[in-house]
Amino acid sequence: MNVAPHLIWLLLGVAAILVVATLIGAFLRARVGPKGDNPVIENLNARIAAWWGMVILLSLAFLAGKAGVVILFALLSFSALREFLTLTTKARADHWSLAGAFFLVLPLQYWLVSVDWYGFYSVLIPVYAFLLMPVVSALRGEPKDFLTRVAETQWALMICVFCVSHVPALLNLKIVGYEGRSVILIAWLIFTVQLSDVMQYVWGKLFGRHPVAPKLSPSKTWEGLIGGVLTASLAGAALWWMTPFTLPEAAGLALIVTVMGFFGGLVMSAIKRDKGVKDWGHLIPGHGGFLDRLDSVVFAAPVFFHIIRWYWT
Amino acid sequence: MAISGFFTKPALRRVLAGGAGAAITLFARLVTAPRAIWAGIEPVQKQRVYFANHTSNADFVLLWTVLPPALRQHTRPVAALDYWLKTPLRAFIGRDVFNAVLIDRRPEERVADPVALMGEALADGASLILFPEGVRNMTEEPLLPFRSGLYHLARQNPEIDLVPVWISNLNRVMPKGEIVPLPLICTLTFGAALHLAEGEDKADFLARSHAALLALREGGGQ
Repeated sequence: MNVAPHLIWLLLGVAAILVVATLIGAFLRARVGPKGDNPVIENLNARIAAWWGMVILLSLAFLAGKAGVVILFALLSFSALREFLTLTTKARADHWSLAGAFFLVLPLQYWLVSVDWYGFYSVLIPVYAFLLMPVVSALRGEPKDFLTRVAETQWALMICVFCVSHVPALLNLKIVGYEGRSVILIAWLIFTVQLSDVMQYVWGKLFGRHPVAPKLSPSKTWEGLIGGVLTASLAGAALWWMTPFTLPEAAGLALIVTVMGFFGGLVMSAIKRDKGVKDWGHLIPGHGGFLDRLDSVVFAAPVFFHIIRWYWT
Repeated sequence: MAISGFFTKPALRRVLAGGAGAAITLFARLVTAPRAIWAGIEPVQKQRVYFANHTSNADFVLLWTVLPPALRQHTRPVAALDYWLKTPLRAFIGRDVFNAVLIDRRPEERVADPVALMGEALADGASLILFPEGVRNMTEEPLLPFRSGLYHLARQNPEIDLVPVWISNLNRVMPKGEIVPLPLICTLTFGAALHLAEGEDKADFLARSHAALLALREGGGQ
């Protein structure tokens, strides 16, 4: 896989945005809370610092080629699955099915993606894990909360492994005239969806008045949603020249993935509220857990994958 | 023979113990990504007795792992001599890596009084990790009744902070009888320090410390 010059441009553009964000963060800290005592400013700066780390990690994976991207997303899946399964209902009888989720299903899914076995990786979790994992739990014979336990475990696998694996699966799509550049699809998807998250946060902080679902998340507002989705869709459309899409196609796809991304954040917020936690984890300073950052990509990636697979290959 | 000679050289032994300590800490971090929540007390250099619920042999490893390195250096787990001296490897880990205060749980066998041994370690300036239930909790009960050791420590060392620490999820990571650990996230919630109140008797103090530890369970997950 060649690292296309377009990818370099995109990464440099992101670096430029982060430089500006870092300067704004430093300026705000100097103006509003020079002693580091304003929690909003401190959280903003922690988020920006973590963004640098995430962008550098992603860039390294892109440089390492397909193996790098598959391994990075397998590790992200692992971290996400650990966060999800920490919160789900489970019993001792589930020990082997849970171990199987981590150490058998997850590696197998990513291996299938890496060898481009579409017919298998698109059914491994929705069909085989779905049918067989409850059997493993049932054989240990603990009926209490059985449906809740197996359903929550299946959800964890679908969200954290199946959906996330559709990001590296984009590398398998063969688009005529776009050979060797499919890594741009990943970069474009992640850029557009994450920019939408960031701009929803920015628009929401500046103008947010009307919450979309006040019981789920007071910080998700209509103002933030519309501002963020439109800003990111415009940015995604403006990058049409590095994608296989025309300008209107890029705009339409950007709108779809940013709206799916918003839905992802909403659904995952509902799960967090249900389980009584604010964040999925603690390993990304300022952001929370891996799932707090991935939730939008999780919902956008499979839809993006199948639209491209249907219309462009 | 050659190996045992190698192990007895003090400097080498210390280097090996340091390396093994780092490896065990890293492994604990990879498997459980442990998270410390300091709810009511700060991780500062102060002599303390951390007392925690006990569901797994890895409990003290996890507690030791989430302490800042400067504190970790002066913190010694209190562990069962009959378990940790059984094999040379366990003895190396217990004595050299974790510098455990080894106490004998069998009253008929022991040569030194456990509370006196813990008192000596405190007099040397060490902090302690203690499991006041005395045995690993294999029951459905969240927390077994406390043995009296904690009370005697509190009475003999009234100036030392007794810090309750609730360890959650570790019993799910590696239930007894399983061989594959689940890489779930463990949370350790550190609560406000306790001291023996004036005129408080043994039963009251043990009930109060038991309740203080159990209360942390609500905040820190399961």
